Amino acid sequence: MLLAACVAPAAVVFAAFWLLPMVELALLPATKGAATYFAVLTEPRYLQSLVQTTLLSAAVTLVALAIAAAVGLYLGRRSFAGRRLLLAVLTLPLSFPGVIVGFFVILVGGRQGPVAGFTEALVGERITFAYGITGLFLAYVYFSLPRAIASFTAVAERMEHELEEAARSLGARRWHLVRDVWWPALQPTALAVGAILFATAMGAFGTAFTLASRYEVLPITIYNEFTNYANFALAASLSLALGLMTWAVLFAARRFGAATVGAGA
Amino acid sequence: MTRRRRHHQGRVDAPVLLALTVAVTLFTVLPMLLSVSAGLTNNFSRGLASGLTTRWIAEVWALYGATAWRSLLLALACVVVALLVGVPCAWALARSRSRAARLFEELLTLPVAVPGLATALALILAYGQLRGFRQSFAFILVGHVVFTLPFMVRTVSAAFARDDLQSLDEAARSLGARFVQRFLGVLVPAVAPSIVAGSLMVFTLSVGEFNLTWMLHTPLTRTLPVGLADSYASMRIEIGSAYTLVFFIVILPMLWGMQALARWIENAHGSSPGPRR
Repeated sequence: MLLAACVAPAAVVFAAFWLLPMVELALLPATKGAATYFAVLTEPRYLQSLVQTTLLSAAVTLVALAIAAAVGLYLGRRSFAGRRLLLAVLTLPLSFPGVIVGFFVILVGGRQGPVAGFTEALVGERITFAYGITGLFLAYVYFSLPRAIASFTAVAERMEHELEEAARSLGARRWHLVRDVWWPALQPTALAVGAILFATAMGAFGTAFTLASRYEVLPITIYNEFTNYANFALAASLSLALGLMTWAVLFAARRFGAATVGAGA
Repeated sequence: MTRRRRHHQGRVDAPVLLALTVAVTLFTVLPMLLSVSAGLTNNFSRGLASGLTTRWIAEVWALYGATAWRSLLLALACVVVALLVGVPCAWALARSRSRAARLFEELLTLPVAVPGLATALALILAYGQLRGFRQSFAFILVGHVVFTLPFMVRTVSAAFARDDLQSLDEAARSLGARFVQRFLGVLVPAVAPSIVAGSLMVFTLSVGEFNLTWMLHTPLTRTLPVGLADSYASMRIEIGSAYTLVFFIVILPMLWGMQALARWIENAHGSSPGPRR
């Protein structure tokens, strides 16, 4: 049949180079006993890595969403010379590999960076923030912001001004405006983009790899298990846990998001 | 889209939003400027006072120049495969309302939802023993293809789903055109802007891909992002900066050119009936 023939090449590529390898990966932990599947929860070391990654990703997502919503509201609803250029500059990092973002943080907040030089002149001590949780946090916010700004700006461009005008003319307080006008308009986007940001942060490898942070995140733990300790079954188990988590978050957001959009329409 | 008239200039809340926008712009741009200047400075810790130089760039080009071409070729190959495999698939998925089709579409997007590290591990476990394949570019290519394919399929499938396209196809069929003729002569040209947009997405993702590639590469198949990570870890900071500058110079203008081309094609295409975004 025609439809099947059209899908066939994609199905073959997908099955051969993703599905079957993934099945093999999913079966691998079983060779070391079924308990291996739960290593991420039962081994304190891995659990700590998972908790640290989740906390970092959640914090990054919330901060990036809040800042990007403000920037999107500003850029999406006014016209000024250079607005398109500014938007292009702000979304430029979307095409950077994660390693570049990690390097930026090393440049600014590393041992040779201007912050270290500045604080040495000021307080006599070279302060660095690149190699701890602060560096990771800033780097993750850096690569999260562009995607969120692009989405929020697009929504703000389509927002109805009438409701806001009415609320203002009725003397609504700014907090009420945020809660009753802005939040309902931005909420579906916040949910959808938030899920993407969170999943991206959870799985981000390049940035953390470049920073070689003291604050260990799960992708680095997986990489170490695989490369340094050749512990394939454990690396597979941890990857499954991470993949399941990011997929579940994205799936839930799509389901839940579709429901709210449907109800609103 | 026509821009609505704005009647919000100088509102009470504007200062906060403006301040945040300026702060975010500085946060985004300053590291880029610092990186560019570091790549052109004799000594980063002594700053611009140590004088400007292009010797770091020359050194990067000698050490890592090959990675730039490799990355571009790899991204092009990835686009070609994604087109050949993805466009027919997109048509079939747009045409079929069956549960199997929805399930397949859902499966196809899994490589995006799951971290690249997991996909890379799976590929190494499955094919790591096949030496010839493991050490070739094809190994990285298949990783990039499964990761980027859903972007191509989704973008093009949405365009194929238009009602007027279905009737166009019916008309061509009633005139006796065979499927291959209809597909290449009628359907594909009708969704050309989406195909271009999908290709651009695939190219951009492939050229900057690191999470998969770092696991899949060998010393002979290093791409630009892999080389960047290597230089950040093992070279002096000026070299890393100069290499980053090379990335900016080689990749970004190419992406901008392609974006401009995509917009041009879309505008030229806009005169024909139908295409809506």
